[in-house]
Amino acid sequence: MIPELGTYALVLALCLSVLLSTIPMVGAQRGNLLWISFARPLSIGVFFFTAISFVALTYAFLANDFSVSYVANNSNTALPWYYRMSAVWGGHEGSLLLWVLTLAGWTLAVALKSRDLPADILGRVLGVMGIITTGFLLFVLFTSSPFERLLPRSPAEGADLNPLLQDFGLIVHPPMLYMGYVGFSVAFAFAIAALLSGRLDAAWARWSRPWTNVAWAFLTLGITLGSWWAYYELGWGGWWFWDPVENASLMPWLIGTALVHSLAVTEKRGVFKSWTVLLAIFAFSLSLLGTFLVRSGVLTSVHAFAADPERGFFILMLLLITIGGSLFLYALRASEVKSESSFSLVSRETMLLVNNVLLTVICFTVLLGTLYPLLVDALGMGKISVGPPYFNALSVPVGALLMLFLGVGAVTRWRRQDGTALLKQLVVPFVIAIVLGVLSLMLREGESTLWTYVGVILAFWLLVMAISDISDRVRRRSTPVLANLKRLPRSYYGMQMAHLGVAVLAVGIAMVSAFNEQRDLRMAPGDTQQVGDYTFVFEGARHFDGPNYSSDIATLRVFYKGEPYDVMQPEKRLYTARGTVMTEVALDPGLFRDLYVALGEPLENGAWAIRLQFKPYVRWLWLGGLLMTFGGILAATDPRYRKQSRREQSKLETANA
Amino acid sequence: MRKLLLFIPLALFLGMGFFLWKGLYLDPREIPSALVDRPMPAFELPSLTEPERNLTVADLTGEVALVNVWATWCPTCKEEHSFLNQLAQQGVTIYGINYKDEPVKATAWLQRYLNPYREVILDQEGRLGLDMGVYGAPETYVIDAEGTIRYRHVGAVDANVWKQLQAVIEQVEGAGA
Amino acid sequence: MQRYLFLLMLWAPLSWAAIDAYEFRTPVDEIRFQELTAELRCPKCQNQNIADSDAPIAKDLRREVYRLINAGAADSEIVDFMVTRYGEFVLYRPVVNSHTWFLWYGPYLVLGVGALVILMIVYLRKANRRARPDAKKTELTAEERARLDALLEKDNKG
Repeated sequence: MIPELGTYALVLALCLSVLLSTIPMVGAQRGNLLWISFARPLSIGVFFFTAISFVALTYAFLANDFSVSYVANNSNTALPWYYRMSAVWGGHEGSLLLWVLTLAGWTLAVALKSRDLPADILGRVLGVMGIITTGFLLFVLFTSSPFERLLPRSPAEGADLNPLLQDFGLIVHPPMLYMGYVGFSVAFAFAIAALLSGRLDAAWARWSRPWTNVAWAFLTLGITLGSWWAYYELGWGGWWFWDPVENASLMPWLIGTALVHSLAVTEKRGVFKSWTVLLAIFAFSLSLLGTFLVRSGVLTSVHAFAADPERGFFILMLLLITIGGSLFLYALRASEVKSESSFSLVSRETMLLVNNVLLTVICFTVLLGTLYPLLVDALGMGKISVGPPYFNALSVPVGALLMLFLGVGAVTRWRRQDGTALLKQLVVPFVIAIVLGVLSLMLREGESTLWTYVGVILAFWLLVMAISDISDRVRRRSTPVLANLKRLPRSYYGMQMAHLGVAVLAVGIAMVSAFNEQRDLRMAPGDTQQVGDYTFVFEGARHFDGPNYSSDIATLRVFYKGEPYDVMQPEKRLYTARGTVMTEVALDPGLFRDLYVALGEPLENGAWAIRLQFKPYVRWLWLGGLLMTFGGILAATDPRYRKQSRREQSKLETANA
Repeated sequence: MRKLLLFIPLALFLGMGFFLWKGLYLDPREIPSALVDRPMPAFELPSLTEPERNLTVADLTGEVALVNVWATWCPTCKEEHSFLNQLAQQGVTIYGINYKDEPVKATAWLQRYLNPYREVILDQEGRLGLDMGVYGAPETYVIDAEGTIRYRHVGAVDANVWKQLQAVIEQVEGAGA
Repeated sequence: MQRYLFLLMLWAPLSWAAIDAYEFRTPVDEIRFQELTAELRCPKCQNQNIADSDAPIAKDLRREVYRLINAGAADSEIVDFMVTRYGEFVLYRPVVNSHTWFLWYGPYLVLGVGALVILMIVYLRKANRRARPDAKKTELTAEERARLDALLEKDNKG
């Protein structure tokens, strides 16, 4: 009964979202405040029923209702309850329902938190969110319902969740990722509302900013979690594979970063309005494209859901209507926007344009590389593959340029700046960065390449420029430093934190790429192997039985410079329900290096194939991601936004008095 | 002029959309053989039925034929086997390559399920398979009278696939005549 | 339904860490092995290189790479060996030819176009301002310009 309630709730949600897509939009067009006022309650209704549906599916999992085919494919009675809950989004249908729930959630948030928006804008924004929700609800109900039943003979036991997914990572990574992906729909909705109403002014940018920053922060967190999860879960110590599904999440992130910066410029200076609108459309379009790539079977990926061309066609139609429609609207309306002010070649506006161009180029590279095999195949020119060597070769140089301009941009003045004065300001920090970078790498044994130097020097460059900028701002006037520090707005701290995150990420990438050491070897009990300053002694493996698996656990004693340091226990598990074998890696995490041990196959006489890895600075990758996330959240929660709306509120009140 | 420029994003998107649509009907995991129109790789491997006798490419020449890569550990091979038996009865020449398998199991298997193969090449280490670009059994190749590979199909051979193979065979025979 | 079960089975090979305990004559050989197997694609898997995949064909191809390195083959010869048998599909680093020049050079083209666009935007705006007939009306007085500069200074500071 409950699964049918779930379907019924979705149908109700669909009806309400259809109303949400139409009534407030027409109301906004006609200036009918009553019709616009339906938007808020309709949004609440859509969320309410979608949530009921999601709860129904979760209940089916928790109650082990294997008459529901999705539950039977993804769960098992021996599965611990927390994995049964996260198994809800372990497959295509359920994760799509999570997508829709997240969308309904963002719609609700916008409906509840936008009391100071002009009515017609609010009506249009919620209307656009309603249109997207309608499209996805139709998709779920017609092609991907998680509530399909396996009657009359339902299995007594489920097929179990893929053991790779029986992990904390599944609990956090998809929800955070979807919060980001779907969150860009808010910026998209604001952009469409602005195009429709003809009001593409700085106010639009101000309304959009907090929503976009939060969505960006979530997406950053989601991608960071995904990389971290893949690292310890998959058994070979990689942290980014340029896999199509990973690229599908990176592309909206790149354009989202450009959007976040572009919105800042549009708000402060009123320039780039139509570029910013275009970026907002692209960011969400890339999210939708990602959804298509992952679920249509058009590209091969280890992460892809079950391929189904019929579903792919449906999503393609969704894409055509949403993206095609919005780009068409853009082409018609954007020319009516003219930016008034000008700026010189050396100015912060130009720096931000450069930033946007570089991010767009990297996004274009990723898009091109991901779709090229498809392009070549569709043109009948055979089958090729495009993988990490391509993506690394192209994105690293452009990324380096980006970091270079990042450091410059933060200290360039708005509107115009004397070029020579700027260069003089930059020479000393640049030299310091080079010296620090070169010294720190020379002190390190190993093979540094040119790009290692570039990465580390540019990271120091960002650090030096940040310190120099902060100290400039706090050492003004006669007021004490601490007071000046407190006066700096939260969004400034957010910016510095996020930029610092970039530097930390760059160091992580440069170091782990250059100094990673790996040994694959046969180890019999008693064998030792030296990796760097660490000695590994293999002591053998023993058997163990877990809740839904049986495993072999190996023990390795680790010595650092001869002194006992740690004991590491990699595992090899056989999950009984599916008969799949999984590697549980033994990790010794550290701020400056990870020790990574994976167990391979058993060889003769108690010996095993073992992989030992020494990974310096790998945690800096995710630390950088976390810094960027928190920076984004800091910036989004700047009280200026609330003060602004309070000021406007009081202005309205005095005007109406 | 600016108005026209604004339509560029839309145009680019529609172009991409067209390719995505085409992509829905392609299979990204299907790889064409790199050896089409190239000779069968040279080999010298024992025959399953007469282990003292070594087979070479010369034993596969003389007429247009199918070369079927199979193994007892491959469930799909079992599925297609009865169809191969039918083809053999119709007079189609099929050579078999027993890929990374055990000769004893293979012999027992063929006894049980009948033997449609003119000859069975024993490729225990998979070297011939590797030289041919085999990546998963079953695979079926069409070779011409000189031993040049003309076509490869990955997966089971059934009535539909046979139509495609027949078309290739006719084309090859026509060209050779 | 069967479709999904079949595809689920394809997940299985993914989960096994593919570790071969090969012994190399020199450390350089081991690094060459790691780099080559990272750049060669497993023909059967769902987008994995032969280093990470546990599929039988990946194991065979790793064995071949090992054999060829020990036989003294150069990297380019090993790559050619694989391409001759499996086609360009197995190269994660696409060959640079007429089919792929847009892949390799397109992004730089876009970068160039982007740079041009930036220059155009900056100079066209200046030109527009000068060319506009009602420019006088929007010109700032000296006092207003001083105020603008002061406001921008404040903005620059925080």
